[in-house]
Amino acid sequence: MTGWARAGAGLSAPGVLFALLGCGALLVPFMTLAANRIVAGEGVMVWSLDGRAGALAVIAGLALGLPLRPAWLRLIGAMLGLAGLLWLLVQGAPGLLDGAGEYARVSPAAGFWCLLVVLMLLMADALAQMSPGAAMRGVLLLAVGGALALILGSGALSDLSVMQEHAARRDAFMREAVRHLGLAFGSLAAAALIGFPLGVLCHRRPELRGTVLPVLSFLQTIPSLAMFGLMIPLLGWVGDAVPGAQAIGIAGIGFAPAFLALVLYSLLPVVGNTVAGLAATPPAALEAARGMGMTAGQRLIRVELPLGLPVILTGLRIVLVQNIGLAVIAGLIGGGGFGTFVFQGLNQTATDLILLGALPTVALALSAAIAMDILVDLTRRTPRDSR
Amino acid sequence: MSVGRVLRPALIALLLALVLRPGWFEPVFAPLAPEGGPVIYERASLLSLSLSHLGLVAAASLVATIVAVGLAIFVTRPAGAAFRPLSRTIANIGQTFPPVAVLALAVPALGFGAGPTLVALFLYGLLPIFENALTGLSTLPPAVTEAARGIGLSRWQRLLRVELPLALPVTLTGIRLSVVIALGTATIGSTVAARTLGEVIIAGLLTNNTAYVLQGGLIVGLFAVLIYDGMVQIEQRLARRMGA
Repeated sequence: MTGWARAGAGLSAPGVLFALLGCGALLVPFMTLAANRIVAGEGVMVWSLDGRAGALAVIAGLALGLPLRPAWLRLIGAMLGLAGLLWLLVQGAPGLLDGAGEYARVSPAAGFWCLLVVLMLLMADALAQMSPGAAMRGVLLLAVGGALALILGSGALSDLSVMQEHAARRDAFMREAVRHLGLAFGSLAAAALIGFPLGVLCHRRPELRGTVLPVLSFLQTIPSLAMFGLMIPLLGWVGDAVPGAQAIGIAGIGFAPAFLALVLYSLLPVVGNTVAGLAATPPAALEAARGMGMTAGQRLIRVELPLGLPVILTGLRIVLVQNIGLAVIAGLIGGGGFGTFVFQGLNQTATDLILLGALPTVALALSAAIAMDILVDLTRRTPRDSR
Repeated sequence: MSVGRVLRPALIALLLALVLRPGWFEPVFAPLAPEGGPVIYERASLLSLSLSHLGLVAAASLVATIVAVGLAIFVTRPAGAAFRPLSRTIANIGQTFPPVAVLALAVPALGFGAGPTLVALFLYGLLPIFENALTGLSTLPPAVTEAARGIGLSRWQRLLRVELPLALPVTLTGIRLSVVIALGTATIGSTVAARTLGEVIIAGLLTNNTAYVLQGGLIVGLFAVLIYDGMVQIEQRLARRMGA
């Protein structure tokens, strides 16, 4: 083996890729300065920003990601790089705004976003190498969330255009955030309440399973905008025809059609995974339970459910992540949520208003996925650990 | 099965009538239109919107399939093995990104029109295909690959004649998932000025014309359900042939 190959063996191939991509991204405009919130801005390179030291931290971080081992050093590299990015934003924004006019806006540009993605991938790669346990991942998720909240709360980024959009509609943002969570978690709860018993029934009666599951998968196939749209005449009719329905908020547009559409989308993962989870019970365990004289109900609660729980929870994870994303569409039919900002932003071609709606949605979906994965892992471990 | 045999041609006929002869449905939709307002969408021909919609989906899915299968082949070769854990991570994380958010985030980078829609459809379409192709290529029965090596097939021959055909059914499932998502995302693409059937629904939402909403929703929904069903049929036929 030549010396070069031996040296190469100590390097992480993805790490090399990240370093190359990261260095390329440093040559792309890092921020933009625009005369107002609508017009396209002019790109500003990293080296003409205040806080250039941040760029050094980014380069150092990418370099730490190069060696294959130790993984914790690569993780530190990713964090150092992310801190560098943050420093560049915090220091760079006020400098650009200085003397640029009352309506001037600064936003992160392609260079920033590329570096953010590259460094996050480095972090994910390092974490995948370390394969931390459920508890550790929980702590990490909380730490990252806490750090993000601290940074956003401290006002250090308040010069950025997206934060100015937020400042201009602080109350609306809170309201739509609550709405969005209400839509996503509310429809999850409703789908679980309906889907879980339906799943148990389908598990018991194969002929029912044969009809219910195909129907639900066809429902899942209908494009979201069409589904939300189709709910409008349906609920409008219910609101008009059923006395008292309008009083409890059932109407053609708004929260009700969005909620119902989300529930319909959620049924397949809930029912399908409940059936799959219950069906995966080892026959020996069922035999033993039957031998102990358990009734069907006892078998369900004490044997089939605990053993099928990870699969059932995986169904809920799919639903939660999916609904957080789909709830954006509610913004189009007056159902509220972060989609309101996304579609307002698209109408006004105000990029940062789009971001104000899209970024929290992505962050929410990502943290929901991680949190649910942790939960699934915990349920999978419990039966084995406690014998 | 027998239900499908009756229902399928009926739905296809309904879809064709809705797209080609929208005028027939005027009495059906009339009660939903605002008083004195138009009942049937006439700002653009529904046929041209359908073709543009399906064209976007087909183009994005085709490119996504080629790239995703190519990547899956790369990470299952010795040269690309180092990227396999990373590619898994990206596929996992990427799928938590909401399609609408991907679409909205593509706009600042690419402007309005078909461009951001195509990119969003392509990027989002990659993930299910890649994940399934990877599963297909990495769960081949060892006996089969051993035998292929034993009869003296080269690496290239093994890939083309053994590995890819065996991975095809799982890959097709991934393509189906991706096409269904693309059909939905393309519908929303009309909010960023791509010419798709979503235009009809959005026009209905903006002018409070439920007749438009229902028309657009029915057409898109029927397309999705029928395409999904058609792809399931292809998969089943293939599975039967491979099992035999």
